[in-house]
Amino acid sequence: MAWYLVRRFLQLIPVFLGATLLIYFLVFSLPGDATAAICGEKGCTPAVEASIRAQYNLDEPFWVQYFLYLKGLLTFDLGTNFAGRPIAEIIANVFPTTAKLAVMALVFEAVAGVVVGLFAGLKKGKLFDSTVLVVSLVVIAVPIFVLGFLMQFLIGVKLEWTNPTVSGDATFTELILPALVLGLVSFAYVLRLTRTAVIENASADYVRTATAKGLSRRRVIGVHVMRNSMIPVATFLGADLGALMGGAIVTEGIFNVNGVGNTLYRAVLNGEAPVVVSIVTVLILIFCLANLLVDLLYAWLDPRIRYA
Amino acid sequence: MPEIENPTPSPRRAKTSAYPVEHFVADVSETPVAATDSKISDDAPTSLWREAWRNLRKQPLFIISAILIIAVIFVALFPGLFTNEAPNDNCMLSNSDGGPAPGHLLGFTQQGCDILARVVYGTQSSLTVGLFATIGVVIVGGLIGAVSGYFGGWVDAILARLGDIFFALPLILGAIVIVQVPFFRENRNVWTLVLILMTFGWPQIARITRAAVIEVRNADFVTAARSLGVSPFGALVRHVIPNALAPVIVIATISLGIFIVAESTLSYLGIGLPPDVMSWGNDIFAAKSSLRTNPMALFWPGLALSLTVLSFIMLGDALQDALDPKARKR
Amino acid sequence: MNGAEMNTENPSAQNPVAPLLELKDLAITFKTNNGEVPAVKRADLTIMPGETVAIVGESGSGKSTTALAAIGLLPSNGRVSGGSIVFDGEDLTNVSEKRMIQLRGSSIGMVPQDPMSNLNPVWKIGFQVKETLKANGLPSGPKDVAKVLTEAGLPDAAARANQYPHEFSGGMRQRALIAIGLACRPRLLIADEPTSALDVTVQRQILDHLETMTDELGTAVLLITHDLGLAAERAHKVVVMYKGQVVESGPALELLTNPQHPYTQKLVASAPSLASRRIESSKGTGRESDEVLAPHAEDLQTDNVIEVKNLVKVYKIRGGWGKSSDFKAVDDVSFAIKRGTTTAVVGESGSGKSTVAKMVLGLEDATDGSITFDGVDITSLGRKEMFNFRRRVQPIFQDPYGSLDPMYNIFRTIEEPLRVHGVGNAKSREAKVRNLLDQVALPASMMQRFPNELSGGQRQRVAIARALALDPEVVICDEAVSALDVLVQAQILKLLADLQSELGLSYLFITHDLAVVRQIADHVCVMEKGKLVEKGTTDDVFEKPQTAYTQALLDAIPGAGLMLPPEVA
Repeated sequence: MAWYLVRRFLQLIPVFLGATLLIYFLVFSLPGDATAAICGEKGCTPAVEASIRAQYNLDEPFWVQYFLYLKGLLTFDLGTNFAGRPIAEIIANVFPTTAKLAVMALVFEAVAGVVVGLFAGLKKGKLFDSTVLVVSLVVIAVPIFVLGFLMQFLIGVKLEWTNPTVSGDATFTELILPALVLGLVSFAYVLRLTRTAVIENASADYVRTATAKGLSRRRVIGVHVMRNSMIPVATFLGADLGALMGGAIVTEGIFNVNGVGNTLYRAVLNGEAPVVVSIVTVLILIFCLANLLVDLLYAWLDPRIRYA
Repeated sequence: MPEIENPTPSPRRAKTSAYPVEHFVADVSETPVAATDSKISDDAPTSLWREAWRNLRKQPLFIISAILIIAVIFVALFPGLFTNEAPNDNCMLSNSDGGPAPGHLLGFTQQGCDILARVVYGTQSSLTVGLFATIGVVIVGGLIGAVSGYFGGWVDAILARLGDIFFALPLILGAIVIVQVPFFRENRNVWTLVLILMTFGWPQIARITRAAVIEVRNADFVTAARSLGVSPFGALVRHVIPNALAPVIVIATISLGIFIVAESTLSYLGIGLPPDVMSWGNDIFAAKSSLRTNPMALFWPGLALSLTVLSFIMLGDALQDALDPKARKR
Repeated sequence: MNGAEMNTENPSAQNPVAPLLELKDLAITFKTNNGEVPAVKRADLTIMPGETVAIVGESGSGKSTTALAAIGLLPSNGRVSGGSIVFDGEDLTNVSEKRMIQLRGSSIGMVPQDPMSNLNPVWKIGFQVKETLKANGLPSGPKDVAKVLTEAGLPDAAARANQYPHEFSGGMRQRALIAIGLACRPRLLIADEPTSALDVTVQRQILDHLETMTDELGTAVLLITHDLGLAAERAHKVVVMYKGQVVESGPALELLTNPQHPYTQKLVASAPSLASRRIESSKGTGRESDEVLAPHAEDLQTDNVIEVKNLVKVYKIRGGWGKSSDFKAVDDVSFAIKRGTTTAVVGESGSGKSTVAKMVLGLEDATDGSITFDGVDITSLGRKEMFNFRRRVQPIFQDPYGSLDPMYNIFRTIEEPLRVHGVGNAKSREAKVRNLLDQVALPASMMQRFPNELSGGQRQRVAIARALALDPEVVICDEAVSALDVLVQAQILKLLADLQSELGLSYLFITHDLAVVRQIADHVCVMEKGKLVEKGTTDDVFEKPQTAYTQALLDAIPGAGLMLPPEVA
């Protein structure tokens, strides 16, 4: 067990280093003037350019630059944006809202996806199942921004059930609609995954044996089908946290949520490369940690893993 | 010789029941014994592909999606057949946000352009990006996945780590970072977008291919081929890859849809195709500022986009059912 | 042991006992894409209290389906379409699911076939026993759980209950499943091939234990098996099913000695366990049985085609914390194969027998020792020489479904070796393929077909044809007939024997099944845990086994202990 977790942790280190290196390399070291990447299309004055070169150690060799960047990351010193605000502070400011949004979306997709998937799987081939399957395909197919605008327009503007946009406070009720939109695509994936796993496990030999023991159907499903079906779902949810962060860019834009996604998007439009790199790095870090958490969950769900 | 510790158990008689047991023999004419192992059907020989095709033809999901996809391809190839309007020439601001009018079935955009014409002419770029990104990803990801699955060992370990690195960056995030690079910012077109989507899309296919190859790699027929003298590479090409193809085809079909979504999302964010290229994503980007006054300008390209993506995803789903390895066995 | 002790000498005359389970005119159908397909037709079966009844049949005969119907566990697409299943006076075909749940576990128990897949991998063994007791209203404390497991012969049960299934060996898992099946003292136990997934020696222990337990508890058993020898040895009454119908039933011995139905007659003639038993019997009476398919052990004085000397194979096993340890899969094994004869390597799973086969095929490198083929050591061959060597040694594998590429039609499958080695031109290759198909008794019309259209036996014939395409001298049969039904198995064994005498082939026959060895092999090597424990001519090994392990293997042949009257032998 301990060995398994240590190994998973050790495997994440190269992933994290590799991914950050990749980003850093892309933004700061590819052909083309690096300062141009930072200054964006507007260009900077020579003075600003010189200070940027100094701030990002652009006159140092690439590896030194990257190493200094990593060092900064570990000490929460991510540099400043163009306006001179520390990037760490910017992120800390908007992070709670996005975390709230992402967790709400994650809970929604996990709970709803598993429940709907379970019932569809148990009623395989019936009307409910076929309907759910087709609806899930539609949900996957319709891009999140089309879906978002549609929901905003219908629920926010036409029906006026909620505010079409989220205020600066980002209260729980205000975030419900954006969280639904954000989690909808993954909800479809979770339900399909659960459905497949339930169908497979429901016909497993040990389920038949459990029935032969005289267990009630409720217990057979609850104890023997559900836990085994959660294993692939857990893996998906871990990887999905990253996708949710990506999706947050669009969703936060539509509902005007002042979160990480929106900040990232503005930084992209303004060409503030240091902010972009920092935010993406933090997101990768979260992705890696989430995966570690999933590994723990995984080991709890499936005892065979602990000894692998 | 070691001593025998376990002498032969004393011979036992067959059990006899305490109850009378009748010796029943079924009427032979009612239970004829067929020749052992004589299964030859009269049907024409069916390869697995042919069988899959038979299954596929019966699925409504497949028929609907196939018709839709053919229609979309047709629109992309011959947009002039579907609208008399040139998409940009007759834009008149006087028509801004106008509703349907004679000859302009779907109304006008904020710029006063004909929506139908823009939707029709936008098909091509979306489809091109999706198609070529998929082809690229299947080649790159398929190759990497096949090599790492088949050869295993340290090759696999390194390639798997490499895949994990790219996997940690979701498609949209990765694309956002990459457009910060001056080269991509200055050369935004269909081909650079394909390159971007490929860069962050290949690990998915590589993982699927790897899993499929590992499953086939240890099959007896591969060992049989190896013991015939077929080289490792020959066995990979002739036996392993053809048998590992089915799940890759399924994922590739679905990926095509996903890449179209990704393209439109990036265009919608203003970092995909440049504004002068006609695409559904760009139209939606343009329409969102006038959402409350003219929602239809967003609705129609959104519908075209969704239907196209849906048809590819449905096709993938139908293919999965038809090619399902579990159903294929025996 | 028999049921007589529970009743008076002739119970039916004085005190008629009602049957415990009675299937009358039972019909079961399955819903498939081609409509309703009958799986069982007009099946009758009676089990008296405390009696053991065996249903014997090949795969697809409907034997398991019949048994599952009795406990209400037909797959969701199957249904009872006619007849009745009367358990203790109650017709189960029209009781509620609630009533069925009451009966399961407490009145009707089940021991399933595959111990690997029948325990839920994510729950501890103790938990899975405990919920059985609890669901049937029995005390379910840790002591009760341990008691139930101990009864099933699981040592150190209290500690074992805290382990997960993957920490158990196959035999231990099956004991846990027997514990579960008998935990609530059901009056009827359905045992569906309870040991066919286990090693033969373990198989015998488990069956013995099961028999003792059910005898003590007075449990009636419905035993499902494909092995007529095993059925005859364990059951009071044997029911033979074929294509969904009961073709013959009666007292075990009566069926063996006096089979009436042509199918039963074929089965009695083909079952390897019985055949090997008959060979032994006729040896005893000084006659040479015509069931020995390879009758040339002594009279062939030829050279050795393959000599294996001090062969060793060590695998590195990666452990936790980056440690690795050595595992000796094959440990100092030496033997030789005489030209034109069959040498069998026998052993249980993990004995290293398949690793030996892989090394002889040149698919695995030997860690140490030598394998000489016609005097040339193949462990030191170069790439080119290895390629040429491969023409002379060819394999046939166990799984008829896995050994043919599903994408290749039969012609391409058999032609591949010819093409790889550049033999002849397109025309001569086609003629050769036709010829090969003819040799394995398949019609030439088969060429355009694909493996998924063939039965298991037909596929195995194709695999044999492919192996023979390059005119090899040695064929390595790795469990080549183990996955086949009894009658098909007999045919393939016969084919292999015929091809041997026709083409002068030498076989290396890797198997776990001693009964088959008796029929086909001239020499036997017995392997245990990587070591060769005994070798000799088949007659010597069977008649005068020198080690306890060989003796245990021989005893484990189903029906080995069965005393057959002379007229059968």
